[in-house]
Amino acid sequence: MIPPHGGQLVQQIIKDKEERNYWEKKSKELITIVLEEEQIKEVKNIARGLYSPLNGYMRKGDFESVAESMKLENGTVWPIPIALDIPDTLAKQVHIGRRIALRDSMKTLTAILVVEDKYKFNRKETAKKVFGTTDTKHPGVEELMTIHKNLVGGDILLIDNTKNTFNNYNLEPIETRILFTEKGWKTVVGFQTRNAPHRAHEYLQKCALEIVDGLFINPVIGKKKDGDYTDEAIINSYNTLIENYFNKNKVVLSILPLKMRYAGPREAVMHAIIRKNFGCTHFVVGRDHAGVSDYYDPYAAQNIFDKIPDLGIKILKYEDAFYCEVCNNMATSKTCSHNDKFKIKPSGTMIRDKIRSKERIPEEIVRPEVMKVLQEMKEVFV
Amino acid sequence: MKKLTIEIEDKEYTALEKRVKEKKEFDSVEAYVQDIVSQVVARLKEEEGGDDEKFSKEDEEKVKERLRSLGYLD
Repeated sequence: MIPPHGGQLVQQIIKDKEERNYWEKKSKELITIVLEEEQIKEVKNIARGLYSPLNGYMRKGDFESVAESMKLENGTVWPIPIALDIPDTLAKQVHIGRRIALRDSMKTLTAILVVEDKYKFNRKETAKKVFGTTDTKHPGVEELMTIHKNLVGGDILLIDNTKNTFNNYNLEPIETRILFTEKGWKTVVGFQTRNAPHRAHEYLQKCALEIVDGLFINPVIGKKKDGDYTDEAIINSYNTLIENYFNKNKVVLSILPLKMRYAGPREAVMHAIIRKNFGCTHFVVGRDHAGVSDYYDPYAAQNIFDKIPDLGIKILKYEDAFYCEVCNNMATSKTCSHNDKFKIKPSGTMIRDKIRSKERIPEEIVRPEVMKVLQEMKEVFV
Repeated sequence: MKKLTIEIEDKEYTALEKRVKEKKEFDSVEAYVQDIVSQVVARLKEEEGGDDEKFSKEDEEKVKERLRSLGYLD
C-alpha cells in the first residue's frame, strides 16, 4: 500500500465516548467559533487524514512557506495554505496555548483547536502567490480577499465525526485503504469529477483502469455554482454508468466533500495528494483541471507535476477525448488524426440543454441509461 | 543547520549547474543540492512511517463491518 503523504495517516479523531463527553463539558468554558459548512468540511478532512501530513491549521512558518514555494517548512510538498481566519475582536481574546471550541451552525461541538500560532497575512501577496492573480473575479481570490486578516494555526481534535452528506458514499482514507487492501488492489487510479459522466469521462477512466488494479471514482461534493449538477445527479448517474458499463468489482465510488478553490495547477497538486492519502497510486489530471475562466494555461495543471518533487503518486495526463466517426470509437488527438469534421466532442452546455429539454442525445456522447436517469430526476442542476 | 562539504563528479556538477541556469528555480547549485537532499529525507520519512499506529485491529474490524454494511465488501 502506498504510504500516506508525509508518511503517517493523520487521525485526529476522538473516538472514546468518555473523552468526547469530557470535551463537550469542557468546551462550555472555551471561546467558541462557529464555522460555516465549508469550514466544517475542512476540519473533518484534516482530522480524517485527507490532508495528511497536516494535523491542524498551519502555523505562520508553514503558511508562508507553502504560499512561497509549495512546501511545508520541513520540505514536504503542500500547495495551498490552510488556516483559520478570525475577526479582530476574537484575535484579541485568543492566546497561544489556549483551546477553542469549533462549532457548526447548529452549535454542535465539531472540534477542539489547540492554538499554537496567531498571525496576520497579506491577502494580495498570498493571492498572487497561490492563485497567480489578484483579480477578484477569480472565485478563489474573491474569497481570500474577504476573509479576516488574523489567522490561527494549531492541531485540531475532531469530536463530531458524523457524516451528514451521503453517508453511504462517504469513505475516509483509512476506510479506502482497508477496502483496497481487502480487494487485493496494489495499484489504484483516482478520478476526480464534478459532473455527471459522459463518454469522454468513461473513456479516460477505462484507459486508466487498463493499467491498474482498480478505479476510484471520487466526485467532489459541496458548494455549487448555478448550472452545476446536483450532488444527487452526480451520484445517481455514476451508479448507473458503473452498473451498466463497468466491471463492478474493479470500481469504487465514494464522494469527496471538499471546498473548490479553483487554484488550477496548485489545486491539482492538492487533489493528487488527497488521492494518495486515500491509497491511490495513480491520479488522472485532465486538461484545465481545477481551473476557472482563462486564468491558467489549459495544461498548467499537468505541467506543474514536472516542476515539483515526485509526490509518490503517478500522474496520468490525458488529452480531451472525443468520438471519431471514422475510427468508430472514442479517442484523443494522441490516438486519432482524422479530420475534425468526424469528431463528436462532448460539450457540457449541449448536454445540459438536452437534459433540460428532455431531448435525445447521441449515445456517442452520453450513455442512454445515464441520460434517462438524469432526465427523470427532478433536480439535476443547482 | 549543519554545515557539510561534499565532493561530486565534475559532470554531475555541470549537469546541475546547467539545470539551475535553465530553470531559474534555484539561485545556486548548492541550493539545488539542498533541495534534493530535503526531498530524499522527506521520502525516507514517508517510507519509515509505515502503517498508522493509532489504528488498532479492533478499529480495522469496525471499518470492515461498515464497508460490508455499505456494500463495498462482500
